[in-house]
Amino acid sequence: MKIQKSTTFALFAVLELARDPEAQLSTAEIAEAYGISVHHLAKVMRQLVRAGLVQSVRGAGGGNRFNGNPNRITLYDVVALFEDNLASEFDVAEAGPSAGSGIGRALQSVGDEIEDLTRATLQSITLATLLKHAAKVDGTPSEARAVQTTLQDSLEPLT
Amino acid sequence: MPHSDAIDSPATGIELTVRAAGPGDLEAVVRLDTETSGMAKPAYWQNIFQTYVPDQKGERYLLIADVEGVAAGFVVGEVRAWEFGSPPCGWVFALGVSNSHREHHIGSRLMEEIFNCFRRDGVTSVRTSVSRLDTLNLSFFRSLGMTAGPYVQLEISLDEDQVPDP
Repeated sequence: MKIQKSTTFALFAVLELARDPEAQLSTAEIAEAYGISVHHLAKVMRQLVRAGLVQSVRGAGGGNRFNGNPNRITLYDVVALFEDNLASEFDVAEAGPSAGSGIGRALQSVGDEIEDLTRATLQSITLATLLKHAAKVDGTPSEARAVQTTLQDSLEPLT
Repeated sequence: MPHSDAIDSPATGIELTVRAAGPGDLEAVVRLDTETSGMAKPAYWQNIFQTYVPDQKGERYLLIADVEGVAAGFVVGEVRAWEFGSPPCGWVFALGVSNSHREHHIGSRLMEEIFNCFRRDGVTSVRTSVSRLDTLNLSFFRSLGMTAGPYVQLEISLDEDQVPDP
């Protein structure tokens, strides 16, 4: 599975906000912390607000605030907002007529198995669990990098 | 023998005690397991008690969590050695907490105590196996820091047309 940039940005933003649910951070502050495009992140934030994971607070001192229970919301809940499906890159379904053969179907079952494991992994890791893991590896220079490293570790076996 | 100690759960203020199970706990464990799994398995648990309860001097554990003196949870595990070349490691194969006591950190406390038992046995890792559809238990074990292990679980259907040719 190769996730889109929007998905990665959404994970960074939601996790950064969930780290301190009382905090209000502007999109620019989050973008700067992770070295990502403010313009692209702004689009992602709008989608997170529409989904109810983030609350947008207007006015002076306003910003974005996490909205939810980090012990209940999983990585899958965020990823599913941006990815149409979790199809494995090992996908023979689009190989034309040969995909329907015995070998084609057997190969597709391997892709399905990878996809099932990807979904189960993302559904089992709550934001709170990932943040706890991030805190453990927080020996890196910045907290932002700690989260980024942890995310990469989590997703590595799925690709 | 796992030590028994009463602590006040910081999250709820309840008095929680974790101790080794005795023969008199069979009924409570069957009740808790039926409540959490939806299946009554008294014969299975009787067999487990015969194997895991008599001494608990090491490597096999059945622990009970009491809340205000009433059994509210249990965990079962053992040290397994050299399966397919694996060095000895702790295995947890059953865990249950009464629905009415969920979110009081009872499961975490039981796991913490069985981890201590395994440490005393000299093992350095603990494994378990959970259905990929069981997100509640998967999330719980993940929250303790458990991740995918180095072994892959495999299975085969024993339907006639699935059995490989000899």
